[in-house]
Amino acid sequence: MIIAIPAEADSLDSATCVSFGRAPYYCLYNTETESSTFMTNLAADSAGGAGIQAAQDLVDQRIGTLITFRLGENAAKVLQAAEIAILKALNLSVADNIAALQEGKLAPLEEVHAGFHHGH
Amino acid sequence: MATDLTVAVLSGKGGTGKTLLSVNLAAVAQKATYIDCDVEEPNGHLFFKPTILSERVVTIPKPVVEQSLCDGCRICTAACAFNALALIGKQLLVFNEVCHSCGLCTTLCPKKALTEVEQPLGVVREGQHGTVSFEDGIFDIGQSEAVPLIKALLRNKHKDLVVIDSPPGSGCLVSEAISGADFCLLVAEPTRFGAHNLAMVHELVQILGKPCAVLLNKTVEGAENPSEEYARSHGLSIMGSLPYDRTLATLTSEGLIASEELDHYHAFFSGLLETIRKEAADASDTHPQR
Repeated sequence: MIIAIPAEADSLDSATCVSFGRAPYYCLYNTETESSTFMTNLAADSAGGAGIQAAQDLVDQRIGTLITFRLGENAAKVLQAAEIAILKALNLSVADNIAALQEGKLAPLEEVHAGFHHGH
Repeated sequence: MATDLTVAVLSGKGGTGKTLLSVNLAAVAQKATYIDCDVEEPNGHLFFKPTILSERVVTIPKPVVEQSLCDGCRICTAACAFNALALIGKQLLVFNEVCHSCGLCTTLCPKKALTEVEQPLGVVREGQHGTVSFEDGIFDIGQSEAVPLIKALLRNKHKDLVVIDSPPGSGCLVSEAISGADFCLLVAEPTRFGAHNLAMVHELVQILGKPCAVLLNKTVEGAENPSEEYARSHGLSIMGSLPYDRTLATLTSEGLIASEELDHYHAFFSGLLETIRKEAADASDTHPQR
């Protein structure tokens, strides 16, 4: 299974990014090969709908689980349609959040926010 | 001799007096159209209590997907500039609140799986209060993009004086509301926050190249007025000041139009309208092609 985590930088010791849709990178960790790759988030600079596009890109990478601090409702709809498990990140590095997941320390993300559409 | 003139009244925040000024300017004109463009919270009707003559539902096209026709080619998801579509497995998801109704996805879909369906956005009303023609728009609860409603509201062409009661702020809704204005009257409160908001709308009207002036509202004699300081230091013409007055606040809280109730307010707003007409005429002489 592939686990995705929004990351501030493209390394395992980087901080987990507080934003989902506008994170600069996603860490993709493969639990079978125990290897990680980093994907640049091409949606980060979108005028709108960044969360939707980022979720689409992660679904296309066939992730099974997302670890994130927060998630907008549109991105949540995309991920839920793809039946992806969504877990709440802890205030740890990317690597430590992966470890926390494997130790069963992460809880499901309970809340999604209404998003930040349209800066009137 | 009164000529055709569209005046927009705007401010960077709510509660500074946009509706007070717009309603009274329209009320003192012999013949005027008042248009409440603050469609998210219209309140001009509370003062004019107009006889509503027509009410029209404004709709906006949104893509609706017929899943059985979609073959998952992703042309639409790749084309959408607003990321309003996602394809998960064989399911095409449409996010209406992100969609800007540009029609690109429905045009490009090779399988005709996407079609545009008109969906209600709000209503536009027309009415009458004495010699004042009244128009407002009411945005439906739960909708997120009011610009098309303001466009629909401003579609009618008018003669004589038109007073546009703008939404608060300096964003898309305001840009749309004042797009056809010949003159912008900015309203500002005598506070730091008021001056900050004044600076924002001043920047907007400058970008749009609109002639403008400020009216200082709720002024207190002898007290500092950061908005006045801003206007003086930024070459913004001050068209007058309306002192803080408990009587005016009381009339307003009762939904009464001050210029219809008190002679000195009738005189004040008539004088203000005359000054606006003069400044707008001077501005159009200077920039005849605007």
